[in-house]
Amino acid sequence: MEVVLQNLTKKFPGRGRKNKEEVVAVDRFNFRIPDGSLIGLLGPSGCGKSTTLHLISGLLGPTDGRIFFGEDDVTELPPENRGIGLVFQNYALYPHLTVKQNILFPLENLKGKDKLSKQEMLEKALETARLVQIDGLMDRKPGELSGGQQQRVAIARALVKRPRVLLLDEPLSNLDARLRLQTREEIRRIQQETGITTIFVTHDQEEAMSISDLIVVMKDGVVQQTGKPQEVYDNPANLFVAKFLGNPQINVFHGEIKGGRLYIGEDAVLDIGDGSDDKEVYVGIRPEGFVLKADGPLFCDLRGVEVMGRDISVVSTNKASLASTVRSIISAENMSDIGGTTVGFAVRPHKVFLFDKETEERIFFKTGAAKCEMGEARE
Amino acid sequence: MKKKMRDSSLKGWLYLLPAVLFLGFFMVYPLVDVFVYSFEEGYNFASQTYFGTGVYNYSYILHDPYFLQAVKNTFILVVITVPLSTGIALLISVGLNSITVFRNFLQTVYFLPYVTNTLVVGLVFMILFKKTAYSDGLVNLFINWFGGSSVDFIEGPYWAKMFVLCFYTIWIVMPFKILILTSALASVNEDYYKAARVDGTSKFRIFTRITLPMISPMIFYLVITGFIGAFKAYSDAVALFGTDLNAAEMNTIVGYVYDMLYGDSGGYPSYASAAAVILFVIVLTITCINLLISKKKVVTLE
Repeated sequence: MEVVLQNLTKKFPGRGRKNKEEVVAVDRFNFRIPDGSLIGLLGPSGCGKSTTLHLISGLLGPTDGRIFFGEDDVTELPPENRGIGLVFQNYALYPHLTVKQNILFPLENLKGKDKLSKQEMLEKALETARLVQIDGLMDRKPGELSGGQQQRVAIARALVKRPRVLLLDEPLSNLDARLRLQTREEIRRIQQETGITTIFVTHDQEEAMSISDLIVVMKDGVVQQTGKPQEVYDNPANLFVAKFLGNPQINVFHGEIKGGRLYIGEDAVLDIGDGSDDKEVYVGIRPEGFVLKADGPLFCDLRGVEVMGRDISVVSTNKASLASTVRSIISAENMSDIGGTTVGFAVRPHKVFLFDKETEERIFFKTGAAKCEMGEARE
Repeated sequence: MKKKMRDSSLKGWLYLLPAVLFLGFFMVYPLVDVFVYSFEEGYNFASQTYFGTGVYNYSYILHDPYFLQAVKNTFILVVITVPLSTGIALLISVGLNSITVFRNFLQTVYFLPYVTNTLVVGLVFMILFKKTAYSDGLVNLFINWFGGSSVDFIEGPYWAKMFVLCFYTIWIVMPFKILILTSALASVNEDYYKAARVDGTSKFRIFTRITLPMISPMIFYLVITGFIGAFKAYSDAVALFGTDLNAAEMNTIVGYVYDMLYGDSGGYPSYASAAAVILFVIVLTITCINLLISKKKVVTLE
């Protein structure tokens, strides 16, 4: 089911005497979610991603804008008539009911012509339980299940009515690290097997990037960027998105464009060609955008080397860096090249992003061919 | 290691000692004593003597019409007030929980009886029910209004007096129950209701399948304490009908025990003890039944 959000806005009134100003939780959200895709709504806490999810679910009504499921305008519909399945962050499984009763619960609510016989209900419940692989736990209570199993039950309960859209609120945040990896693949598998358009909310960029067809990055209620995970990572629209995606985080420097060259401190790191106005900028360089090169052009004070197996992480400092350290990821084969107190880097131009100092929007530049060669030289 | 364990358990006992001594002297010893008295015939406080031992005390009070009246009164009181007060408190709490305007105000109003002086409450009930030289009471005024004839609630027929006693008891226990139930309702995670709403669950089904099970531990707590409290009722009857409860046919088991000890016909600690033991057995049985039922019905969360 294609989901279209049109100018979706949600404002909350201010509460109390001191805090009268209304809060704009979601600000003019426009997005078309293709049928059968898995969408990750991504952003730091308080960015409005959960509010957006609740608007789509119908638990909250929008202040402005419309929501379409395919051709249907569902903006005014109550949640139960939208055909959605919702999985809560804490799963909200009824603790006094068994797994089977939990999964049956939505089916038992059906009335009139949709009403199912006991047998049909059981069959549907079992089929859904099999899909999420909990058919062996049907008579347990939620309290007797692990976090991962509870999660599956919650998904089964949301899926049993075959919703048009499946919504997941922070589906992995209550799981431990290992289970998280497993469960996110599981969510992907279930989504692909059922083909149900799925929207999930997360603050973990890795989670969103790993399984989503499309990600939506939000901040302060405003959509910052949408697109395929790799495209957004490779082409951030602004400093926020660049910083939010990627682990380790992108390194940001104070830089300057002068005479067609990009300077970080005294070091001219890139030729960005003529046509760029001379001005101060933020320079973002992905950790994998550095290449060891003894004669620079970028020099940093070496702090240490962290060995991660296949790669090593070079930790250094630079006066122009916004963060206290600069972190670069280098192939472990080049480890022997590191020594002394300073380390010289060349940069890969396509891993370097420039941002306006005031608006923090991306400034595009032409990469000089010569620099590119130098950048790739060490590979 | 073992020594250390013993040390720490010794320490634990040391900390418990004051409470154990206190409870031992003032709770356990008297309890055992009552049990002993109940088998000693004609025990006399002053001379500390008795005629003999046996079950005569029990047989006497079980044939005493006043005791049987007291048992009947107590059971009627329990059977009527516990379910009614819990049910009404539940209704009011659900109502309070679902409104936003006036909620705090109404909560205060419902809680007022809890902090109101007994004398004031007695006065209010007098105005409501008592026949005086000037009026037949407020309730009779209403009855007259609708064409009925006046009923003497305080000195009249048995059912009228029982009605007043039940009414009074329900009214006096209501605030505490509402307090407990509103906080129980408020502590149910909102997400359960949201989940139920998304699934299109009807309001009635949400109440019976989610709300009730979720607050069932608290309801159970109220039922047990309600049973025990109602079985121990005495002061309410005195407040309404005066101290000569036997004459008013409004005595309760605890009232009977008190009368046997100190009342006008008092001075029979053996009979009083036997009655107290019987009350203890009744309360114990009912509480055990409650616990058995609760094992099947009450939800254990997590």
